[in-house]
Amino acid sequence: MSALLSVEDIHTFIGQSHILEGVSLQVDRGSITALLGRNGAGKTTTLKSILGLTPPRAGRVVFDGQTLNGRRTFDIAGLGIGFVPEHRAVFRDLTVEENLRIAERRKGDLARKADFIYGLFPDLKRLNKLKGGQLSGGQQQMLAIARSLVPDNRLLLIDEPSEGLAPVIIEQMMAAIKTLSEQSTVLLVEQNFIVASQLADRYTLIDDGRLVQTGRMADLVQDRATIHRYLGAA
Amino acid sequence: MESTAPTTQRPVLARAGWLQRDGLLLAALAVLALFPFITSLLSGEAVDQGAPKFFQGLLIQMFIFAVYAMSYDLLMGYTGILSFGHALFFGSGAYMMGIALKHLQWPLLGAVGLVIVVAIVQSLIIGVLSLRVHGVYFAMVTLAFAQVAFLLATATDFRQWTGAEDGLQGIPVPALVSPTDNRLRFYYLALVFMVIMYLLARRIVNSPTGRVLVAIRENENRATMIGYNVFVFKMIAVILAGVFAALAGSLNALWNLNATPTVLGLDMTIEALLMTIIGGVGTLIGPMLGSGVLTILGYWLNATFGRNWLLILGVIYVLLVLFLPYGLVGTWRRQSARFGPGGWRELLRRTRS
Repeated sequence: MSALLSVEDIHTFIGQSHILEGVSLQVDRGSITALLGRNGAGKTTTLKSILGLTPPRAGRVVFDGQTLNGRRTFDIAGLGIGFVPEHRAVFRDLTVEENLRIAERRKGDLARKADFIYGLFPDLKRLNKLKGGQLSGGQQQMLAIARSLVPDNRLLLIDEPSEGLAPVIIEQMMAAIKTLSEQSTVLLVEQNFIVASQLADRYTLIDDGRLVQTGRMADLVQDRATIHRYLGAA
Repeated sequence: MESTAPTTQRPVLARAGWLQRDGLLLAALAVLALFPFITSLLSGEAVDQGAPKFFQGLLIQMFIFAVYAMSYDLLMGYTGILSFGHALFFGSGAYMMGIALKHLQWPLLGAVGLVIVVAIVQSLIIGVLSLRVHGVYFAMVTLAFAQVAFLLATATDFRQWTGAEDGLQGIPVPALVSPTDNRLRFYYLALVFMVIMYLLARRIVNSPTGRVLVAIRENENRATMIGYNVFVFKMIAVILAGVFAALAGSLNALWNLNATPTVLGLDMTIEALLMTIIGGVGTLIGPMLGSGVLTILGYWLNATFGRNWLLILGVIYVLLVLFLPYGLVGTWRRQSARFGPGGWRELLRRTRS
């Protein structure tokens, strides 16, 4: 498989702090790649660096043959990269429908994708007229993911989708991510290793802003020492 | 038969929803349209004399301020941009109208065109130079721009154009819209102006662009991540708010037959801020209501308490902000959402208990 996204040795600073010190990763077309690491390892900063929210000072980010360095965030998003931030970032004062419609890049995007989106998250259709702020945590997470599906995004960056959700909702979320990955490539940041290992084909492990290793998820699942050392899971 | 039922019912339902949504507004509009005749009937005076004429004047000022407050709501309420220099647009609108009619001797429509063009140019300058900074920093930059305009208006160097500290007096208003020739006609002109501007503003905030403005208010980064160029949309908000305020200012010049430096002063911006906060930020109709409360309350307090009226008005402001933090309309909507249609009654009951 060819790479849809390549992150090559990026160095990102927030203020004076050197957060990412040479992170590299590759996301193949049609795959789900998990970006793993402890709290504070630099996973979210990596996603933000890809999107240009915290632009890397060194290194290169290439999406579908185009270098993203120096481009502005809205421009990068327009290339077909959807971001589902952590903490269920919905627009609280907009209704569910407005939250979805605002993500349209072309008129009629939502109408074309409605069957797929409401098929993945049937609750959203029922809650269409409610405001984002009135939804439960799980519903907000569904809405945040659904929003990224409205335009024709070729790559989805999903940050901690299972955070703070009940187990039953996590299962629904996992099923949805699995289904949507048939249409889009996914780079998934996930603290919950069980969730990540069941969804992803490949992984990149980072620690303290540095690349540790990358490979097939099936191999990592067998490597209990690495899991224990870097993720704290047995 | 069954298949035709939904198509015959839908328009009726749509009409019912429309009536439910706008019924109160239409009733208010009907009262305002009949107001001159109601006051005439109640006072026993002719519609263009005495008390009816006086109250028409009060409402004309209210209609103008309603549009001005609404323009501030587009900026602060819907887009989350705090400005301390909104009077710049209102005042410039007034001065441009005066200069076009008095010095350039342009026709009214040409003067309106000048008002709009100047407002757009001002908005572009302010937007390009200041929208890179956020929050109170943007507010301070706008304050500086407004103060520059205030100083220019009072400068003696431009006396022949602006009248300096005396202001631009004796604006020759065309007879068709002259408030002195026919106040009742001017009353309806101001009312129609307010209604049109409200419908336009409502169309804007309910459009996809309006939704993006709300999204920016909530979280700029999030809007950017979806793919919106936030700067462009904030610029659109500044231009729209600027043009709305300038048009309100131009009507103010026609109403008062002058444009004085006070229309460019900080007090004028604070008026907009107060009207918006008292009526309800981000509600559109709230700031209009706020203008009504401020104009009518101001008149009543002045008439009742004489020179101490400002002190009492200040206390009322504080109480309103303390007990209705979301403003009149904002609190109403929140209570309705919380307790259903009778939410307001429930709030009153709880307040009493």
